[in-house]
Amino acid sequence: MMNATSIESSKPLESFDGSSLAAVMSTGQLLRAYLIEARFECLRMFRVLGFSIPFLVLPAALYLLFGVVLFGETVRNDPATGKFLFAAFAVFGVMGPGMFGFGATIATEREQGLLTLKRALPAPPGSYLLAKLLMTMLFAFIVMAMLIPAALLLGHLPLTFAQCVKVTAINILGSLPFCAIGLFIGTRVPGKAAIALVNLIYVPMMHVSGLFYPLPKFLRAISPIWPSYHLQQLVFSALAIPFYGRAATHAAVLVGVTMLFTAFSIRRLARVG
Amino acid sequence: MNNEFWAELSGVKKRFGKTVALDGLDLQVQAGELFSVLGPNGAGKSTAISLLLGLLRPDAGAARLFGLSPFRIEPRRQIGVMMQEVTLAPELLVREHIALVASYYPRPFSPAEAMELTNISSLASRPYGKLSAGQKRQVQFTMAVCGRPKLLFLDEPSVGLDIRAREMMWATLRQLVGNGSSIVLTTHYLEEAESLSNRVAVLNKGRMIASGTVNEIRALVVRKHITCSTALAPDQIAAWPDVESVTRDQQRLQISTSNSEAVVRRLLAADSNLQELEVRRAGLAEAFTELTQEAA
Repeated sequence: MMNATSIESSKPLESFDGSSLAAVMSTGQLLRAYLIEARFECLRMFRVLGFSIPFLVLPAALYLLFGVVLFGETVRNDPATGKFLFAAFAVFGVMGPGMFGFGATIATEREQGLLTLKRALPAPPGSYLLAKLLMTMLFAFIVMAMLIPAALLLGHLPLTFAQCVKVTAINILGSLPFCAIGLFIGTRVPGKAAIALVNLIYVPMMHVSGLFYPLPKFLRAISPIWPSYHLQQLVFSALAIPFYGRAATHAAVLVGVTMLFTAFSIRRLARVG
Repeated sequence: MNNEFWAELSGVKKRFGKTVALDGLDLQVQAGELFSVLGPNGAGKSTAISLLLGLLRPDAGAARLFGLSPFRIEPRRQIGVMMQEVTLAPELLVREHIALVASYYPRPFSPAEAMELTNISSLASRPYGKLSAGQKRQVQFTMAVCGRPKLLFLDEPSVGLDIRAREMMWATLRQLVGNGSSIVLTTHYLEEAESLSNRVAVLNKGRMIASGTVNEIRALVVRKHITCSTALAPDQIAAWPDVESVTRDQQRLQISTSNSEAVVRRLLAADSNLQELEVRRAGLAEAFTELTQEAA
């Protein structure tokens, strides 16, 4: 019953100091390991149609519904309103992959023993998280790659090439704080509870941060607690429409949120897994 | 710490709250051996393996993999791992799962070679989620060997496998050990441990209660079993010294005794027509039961 493949005889280790040739990987091999991890993470999330279709298609589809079908006329007469809608769906588009792609999947995979297996295996440091991060950033890129042509061709939005590039870059980086919040939840609660908890934050954040419509005064006062508010202000600044506060402050808040939640999560992952 | 050992626990203590999981455990895995860790549920087997894999830190004592801390990646690049409870991404194909794990190692088999080695080439393009439970175990086994590891940790590897798949896995394990790799096996199938192991450790309540070759462990149980066809009455034999029990199985008698030589001499003297005489030592399963009951 034995098969043709032979197992190369493993010579006994000459030294156990870790410098033995068998244990060393070249930079190229390491880089390849990170890329393979990211490639398969993207591939599998694309194959989960219940995840990929809503998160990739919905922002552009909703933009077309509101910005073209329902309020096309208004938007054409008032490009600022058009840009407001475009910014809203751009921010909405990067929130979901970050929070659900990170939060819910990490919680589930922790529960299923995958993280424990990865810790026991010689997976390169951080490759698991980095793969999820790159997956989210790719999703953010695709969301923008669908939203921008929709806005230019069907929404007749006057966007310059530079504005398109800027908004895309801001949104790809802007997915990071949502990843960090998702990661924080995913490392603390079990799978099904994580989905519920992410929803519990995601839905209010979408509505109460002023993403889709102007808020009453009392809600506007507390809207800066949501990262989506700061990302939207940054997108407004890139689109050259009026925005609250200073761009640097909004960027600093988003960096701070990302660092804070990531630090807590990494600490938790290192201690508990 | 002795650097001859590929994996080693020395004086390891580990508690979870008030429960003592390991209570001063010493354990060594040498080059080229298949080492089985046995014990009833809660004996500390999983904790011991988790310490060797760098998944837990000992409260006292030390864990070493190839002389280094198992928390370092270098020694872990020389091990393969198959865990009991793990769910892999159902959307990825079998060959993708294997390619991913192989990428963690410096000199891995190609996914095709690894799948040929474990006889699962026909599953290569199947989504993992569509496989049967046994096929999933075979894929996880392939993931454990695909990095060409020196030391393999296998937790209940043959659960859910049919007889043919289990025999294939055993053949691959013997081939790996024959080529100088070591394997640490935790299993509830004592038949599996008996068939494959060079060395066995029996744990109970966080301590090692016996270790040695399968024969050495079996020899710890002095009781032997005598079977024969005889006209003698079971009650008569049961009254002899050193006889623990006598049962009739169809035409044959089964006698358990701690002094088989004396009982056989007396049987032959009492019944000159005695036939089909057979003396058997306790199996590993029986030895295991006795050892763990004694320690309880």
